[in-house]
Amino acid sequence: MAATTYLEAIRQAMWEEMEADPRVFCIGEDIGMYGGAFRVTAGFLEKFGPGRVVDTPIAESQIVGSAIGAALMGMRPVVEMQFMDFVSCGFDQITQFAATNRYRWNVPCPIVVRGPSGGGVHGGPFHSQNNEMWFAQTPGLKVVCPATAYDAKGLMKAAMRDDDPVLYFEHKYLYRRIKEELPSHDFTVPIGKAEVRRPGHSITLVTYAAMLYTALEAAEVLKHDGIELEVIDLRTISPLDSDRVVESIKKTHRVIILHEDQRFGGIGGELSARIAEDALEYLDAPIRRITPPDTHVPYSPPLEEAFLPNAKDVVYVARQLARY
Amino acid sequence: MSSTTVSAGKADPGAVSRDVALQLFRVMKLTRETDDRLERKLYRQGKIVGGCYVGRGQEAIPIGCVIALEPDDVIFPTHRELGAFIARGMSLTTLFAQYLGRADTPTRGKDGNAHIGDMSLGLINYVSHLADSVPIAAGAAWAFKARGEKRVALNFLGEGSTSRGDFYEGVNFAAIHKLPAIYVVNNNQWAYSTPTHLQMPVANVADRAPAFNIPGVIVDGNDVEAVYLAALEACARARRGDGPTLIECKTFRMTGHSAHDDAGYVPKEQFELWARKDPIQRMERRLRERGWVDDAAIAAMDAEMKKSVEAAAETALAMAYPDGSETLERVFAEPHRVKDVFPWRHTDEYKAIEIKKEKP
Ligand SMILES: Cc1ncc(C[n+]2csc(CCOP(=O)(O)OP(=O)(O)O)c2C)c(N)n1
Repeated sequence: MAATTYLEAIRQAMWEEMEADPRVFCIGEDIGMYGGAFRVTAGFLEKFGPGRVVDTPIAESQIVGSAIGAALMGMRPVVEMQFMDFVSCGFDQITQFAATNRYRWNVPCPIVVRGPSGGGVHGGPFHSQNNEMWFAQTPGLKVVCPATAYDAKGLMKAAMRDDDPVLYFEHKYLYRRIKEELPSHDFTVPIGKAEVRRPGHSITLVTYAAMLYTALEAAEVLKHDGIELEVIDLRTISPLDSDRVVESIKKTHRVIILHEDQRFGGIGGELSARIAEDALEYLDAPIRRITPPDTHVPYSPPLEEAFLPNAKDVVYVARQLARY
Repeated sequence: MSSTTVSAGKADPGAVSRDVALQLFRVMKLTRETDDRLERKLYRQGKIVGGCYVGRGQEAIPIGCVIALEPDDVIFPTHRELGAFIARGMSLTTLFAQYLGRADTPTRGKDGNAHIGDMSLGLINYVSHLADSVPIAAGAAWAFKARGEKRVALNFLGEGSTSRGDFYEGVNFAAIHKLPAIYVVNNNQWAYSTPTHLQMPVANVADRAPAFNIPGVIVDGNDVEAVYLAALEACARARRGDGPTLIECKTFRMTGHSAHDDAGYVPKEQFELWARKDPIQRMERRLRERGWVDDAAIAAMDAEMKKSVEAAAETALAMAYPDGSETLERVFAEPHRVKDVFPWRHTDEYKAIEIKKEKP
C-alpha cells in the first residue's frame, strides 16, 4: 500500500465518514468544483453532489452559523476555513453559540471547524497564525492538532463522530511533507489523549503539530550526548491530557514544552502551571518553554526563521537542562 | 434610489483632459509592466517566496479612481490594486522590495505582497481578512466629517468580499451618517474559484445600494475614463456632505486567483473575450484617435518604462533582508521590545550544534 500524506489522510477520513453517514456534509469557500485551496475536498463534489458539498460566499460568520443551525437540526457539518486565520470572522458564532450550547440547554452541537494553520511557509501574518488557544481557552470547545497522518485521519473521524463542537487545526507545513502507511480498516484516535512518540528517560519534551518533528530531530542529536528525550505529542489541546505529562515527569524529572503558538497564553503556560501544581516535587530543574516570541508571524524569510523555534534551540535547551 | 450606469459611451471625450488621459494611460502601462515583472518573472524565478496576487486586466479601476482623488484623500486598497500604489506615487523599488521581503520598506519585511501602506501617501495597509477595511474606511470618513475636513476615504474591494458582514456594517454606518466614503467594487466575476452567482443572489453589487439609500453606480471597469469620471462624481458628492457612493466596476481577472492558480475553472472563451476589452489597449486606441499619442510616443513610453521597472527590480533584489532580531520590534510603540526568547542563539555553543537530518 502506498504511503498516505497528512493531507490525504484528512481527505480520506472525510470521504469515508461522508460515505458512512448521510448526515455529514461539508461547507466552505471554494471547496466544491475547485476542491478547496489546498485540495482537501478534491473530488467530493463529483461524488457527493452539491447538497453535501456546499460552496459558500466569503462569509465566515454565515458559514459557521449555518453549520450550527444545521447541526441543531440533526446534521453533522464539517466547515472548512480557507486558512484558520480567517476563523476570526466566524469567532462569535463559535465561541458564543456553539461553545455554550451544551451547557445552556443540553443539546448537541456536532460541528467540526477545520483548516490550515501554522507557519514555516512564508505566509505572512495572516496566513500563518496558530490560533488554537483562542478556542482552547473557551469552555465547551474541543481543540485538536494532529501531527501524523495516522492521527490526522483518526482524529478527524473522532471529531466528526463527536457530539461537541471540535476545532481541527491542520498544520499546512505538514500537508505534503508527512507520509505513512495507514491501516485499511476503520479507526479513530481518541480526542483528549496524548501519545508518547519517543520513549526516553532524561527529559520529557511536550509538543504537538509541526513542532513534533523539530523535537524528534533534536532527539536524534541529543542521543549522541546520552540525553534521551521522552517526546510527548499532545494531539489534543483541549481537553488537555496533562496527566500523561505528569506521569512522564515522575520518570524524567525534567521538562521542556515546545510549541509554535504564542508564548503568552500558549498551552505551555497552562501546562507549566499544572506541572507546578501536580509534580513540583518531582522536578530536578526548572520548567523550560521553547516558543516563538510574543510578536506576529512575519513574512520575510530571516524574520520567520528568527521567529520559529528550531531543533537547535531544543538541543541547546536540553543540554542546559541535563546539566542543571 | 436605483443604480445608475456610467459607460464609455456616456463619457464625453472632452470630459477628460489630455493631461489626465495621458496620465491614466501611462500609469496603467507602468502597473502592467510592474505586475508582469512580479508574477511572470520574480515569482516564477522563486524570488518571491510567499503568495503573489496581481491585477492584470483590472488596471483601469484603481488607477481611474486614485487619479480622481485629491492628494489628502485616503485609500484602502486590497490585493488587486497595485495600480493604486503606483498611481499614488509609491516608488517601484519599494514595491519590489516589499514583495521580496527586503528591509527598506514601511513593513520592513514583516508583511509581504501588496500588504503595504504609507500614511504620507494616504495609502492604508490592508489585512488579508476581506472587507475588514469597510468599517475602517467609514471610520476614517467619520474623522474627516467630524473635523470639518473635505477629505474622502476610498475603499476598494472585490465582489466576493461584499458577502461579508463587515461590508454591510461599514457601509450602513457610512450611509446613516452621510460620511465621505466611496466604496469601489472591482467585480471581476470570480472570487478565487467562486463565480458571482454563487456569491450573491443579485446580478449587480450595485443593486445592494438602495438598501443603504445610497447611489449604486455601475461602470465599465475596463474603461479607465469612465472609472475616473464616476470616481470624480462620487468625490464631489462626498465633499458636498451627501454621503457615500457604491461604485461597481465590471471587469475580469486575467489571471488565476494568485500566481499558483492556473484558473482551470474559468472557461477559456472568457479570457479571449476579455482580452479584447483590455483596458490599456482600449485607452491606447482612444488616444491615437484623438491624436494624443502615436507610434513614436508609445515606443518611447515602453522603452522608458521597461528601463525603470528593470532598474527598480534590480535595485530591490540587491537590497538587504531585515535582521532576524527585528521580529522583536515594533509590536508596541518604542521603547518596548518583545523579550528575546532565544538569547542563546548568539552563543558559540548554539552555533556549533549541527542538525543533519532534514525536517519533514
Ligand atoms: C475573511 C476572508 N476569508 C477568506 C479569505 C481568502 N481569500 C482571499 S482572496 C479571496 C477571494 C476574494 O474575492 P473577491 O473579493 O471577489 O476579490 P478578487 O480576488 O476577485 O479580486 C478569498 C476567499 C480572506 N482573505 N479573507
